[in-house]
Amino acid sequence: MARVVVDPIPRIEGHLRIEVEIENGKVKDAWSSGTLFRGLEIILQGRDPRDAHLITQRSCGVCTLVHSLASVRAVEDALKITVPPNARIVRNLTHAAQNMHDHPVHFYQLCALDWVDVVSALKADPKKTADLSAAVSGRPQPKKYYEELKGKLKAFVDSGQLGPFANAYWGHPAYKLPPEANLMAVGHYLDNLRQQVHAAQMTAIWGAKNPHLQGHLPGGVTVLEQLNADRISEYLYKLKNQIAFIEEVYIPDVLAVAKFYKGWTKIGGNKNFLAYGDFPESEKEPESFYFPRGIIMDGKLQLVQVDPKKITEDVTHSWYENSEPLHPSVGVTKPLSGDALKGAIPDTKAKDGKYTWMKAPRYDGKAMEVGPLAQCLVSYVGGNKEIKDTVDGVLKKLEVGPEALFSTIGRIGARAIKCLINAKIAEKWTMDLIENIKKGDTKTFTSYKLDESTNGMGMGLNDVARGSLGHWVNIEKGKIKNYQQVVPSTWNLGPTDGKGQKGPVENALIGTPVADPKKPLEILRTVHSFDPCIACAVHVIDPKTNEVYKFRVS
Amino acid sequence: MEIAKDVCGNAAATICVGNCACSGGVQAAKPNPTEAKSVSAVIGKGTVNIEGCPPNADNMVATVVHYLLLGKLPACDDLGRPLFAYGYLIHDNCPRRGHFENDEFVKEFGDEGALKGWCLYKVGCKGPETYNNCPIIKWNQGTNWPIGAGHPCIGCSQPKFWDEMSPFYVQK
Repeated sequence: MARVVVDPIPRIEGHLRIEVEIENGKVKDAWSSGTLFRGLEIILQGRDPRDAHLITQRSCGVCTLVHSLASVRAVEDALKITVPPNARIVRNLTHAAQNMHDHPVHFYQLCALDWVDVVSALKADPKKTADLSAAVSGRPQPKKYYEELKGKLKAFVDSGQLGPFANAYWGHPAYKLPPEANLMAVGHYLDNLRQQVHAAQMTAIWGAKNPHLQGHLPGGVTVLEQLNADRISEYLYKLKNQIAFIEEVYIPDVLAVAKFYKGWTKIGGNKNFLAYGDFPESEKEPESFYFPRGIIMDGKLQLVQVDPKKITEDVTHSWYENSEPLHPSVGVTKPLSGDALKGAIPDTKAKDGKYTWMKAPRYDGKAMEVGPLAQCLVSYVGGNKEIKDTVDGVLKKLEVGPEALFSTIGRIGARAIKCLINAKIAEKWTMDLIENIKKGDTKTFTSYKLDESTNGMGMGLNDVARGSLGHWVNIEKGKIKNYQQVVPSTWNLGPTDGKGQKGPVENALIGTPVADPKKPLEILRTVHSFDPCIACAVHVIDPKTNEVYKFRVS
Repeated sequence: MEIAKDVCGNAAATICVGNCACSGGVQAAKPNPTEAKSVSAVIGKGTVNIEGCPPNADNMVATVVHYLLLGKLPACDDLGRPLFAYGYLIHDNCPRRGHFENDEFVKEFGDEGALKGWCLYKVGCKGPETYNNCPIIKWNQGTNWPIGAGHPCIGCSQPKFWDEMSPFYVQK
């Protein structure tokens, strides 16, 4: 039996530590640790509620605007504000732009190197690569292109400074793609580095800049003067360009990986999924969500309704004072410090050992996976025809049944499918915006009163790039009394709870084959498939203490 | 912190990128629960500071290119910010400055002034107190910038702006 620790996990956002126990070449048990704590909820207390979205957005510069979205919605819920239709559409357009940027970056820059062997690409035959790209890619390149790419890659590797390709497991037996597929994929990795620049600009058209959009606020969006033909056509132009990239490059590459690694449609799966749903198409939420709200339980493709009151957070294995599981809106957890914290060294051996700064969110006491796979599964049974048709089409192409979705490859495939459908519907929403403007409706903001007499509690539930995101705010005398974020990566990468129920990534890792414990590539495959964002995931509320908290960056 | 002291000790230059490295960032906002600090506070030496949340990548690249071509770091202000980017106020280069001078202000988001692109000072714009070149180079390869999207500047290239420039929608 061997214990393997990967700390820090590379190619994710944030600070994550994964420990596994390997027996007979397979993962027997796993522990997931978030290793950094910043205290954003403490910082929010006492501040103007309108400022919250600017602060929470700094939870992370990768997901960035999604926290702004959840925050303004939470405050709007608390103050009973309904935003005008144009504001709703503009928010959908920036949110869709975020997904169109985020998902391909995740696949190419964060995930691809688990499946693509860069060093093997150096052995590729350029002519054969050109032939392969003509056969499988929507954007084929000629032999000359691959000769140049190979030369460029060789020069880079020969320089000795491998940059993002350093310190990896090249040559690992789990890599299955032929050299030509690897070279083609490396070309697309570099293509996406350029493409994502244009995708990021889409957010900036309505939201000033990316990262950290500055165009939302409680009440609506600030853009008004720029709701014009120039800006709208700019967004449409970049949108069509991005859709082309997704269709011609991203989707075919995901299909190619899935084909070569079919065994991974049986590894890394979970059974329970939660999707808050998102992209309202009218003021009626959640009924009008384009990606519907719902739950999948026990792997059954049947829609179950969501009751947000059933969400609790467990801290048995987290570095907080013990309490029974509590709903986020009433949490009174206190982070440990000093001797009790024991230097924040993860204890994965003792029965009640604490090993993470993340809490364990549970729905009705169950661990739930969130993310594009959850969104696709819920959409599949929840009435989203475009998702259902696309998922069915992909399953047919790969010659697998729906059970293949409940896996590591399922997660990666679902992300690409959702990205494509989200991009395509954004075109329709842009047309809706144009129709409103033509009718003379240019309203983008709803006025409201906020002063010392303002009190209210609200929640903002979103389904964003990494999954279900919730912000809860309590406003008293016009200021934030309490604030809580339960983010997708807390759901996915949180720890075991007091009943011994593993968190989703921990559970998914169990049964994973590991060919060489010193090169745990297979573990990275499943962890990365969740698209972790740990800066967002660690949080606490502690309204009373003024203690200085010690933390350890591993 | 040990790594920072080790790496920055004999470095030819230490360039801090972003408000977190330059002045502690969002986690250092009151009450700074984790005692977050700037890099220069940790290593005990001044640093070149590409301030901002986020910092503009163009300014960072320009600083590095300046060093590579001319063999020295660009002139900086007393907060370590390169003057070529942070030598003037947002207010000085704002295309809406004329409206400021003419008393043409947005009083509330979505009003007549907002539709006409008037000055955002009265809804909290901190441009008059913020040093950065956002109106000139803008963001995402010149695509847009906050005032261009109808949103006030939040002063993100000033140290401790989270506390000193907030509330962000209230005139100072």
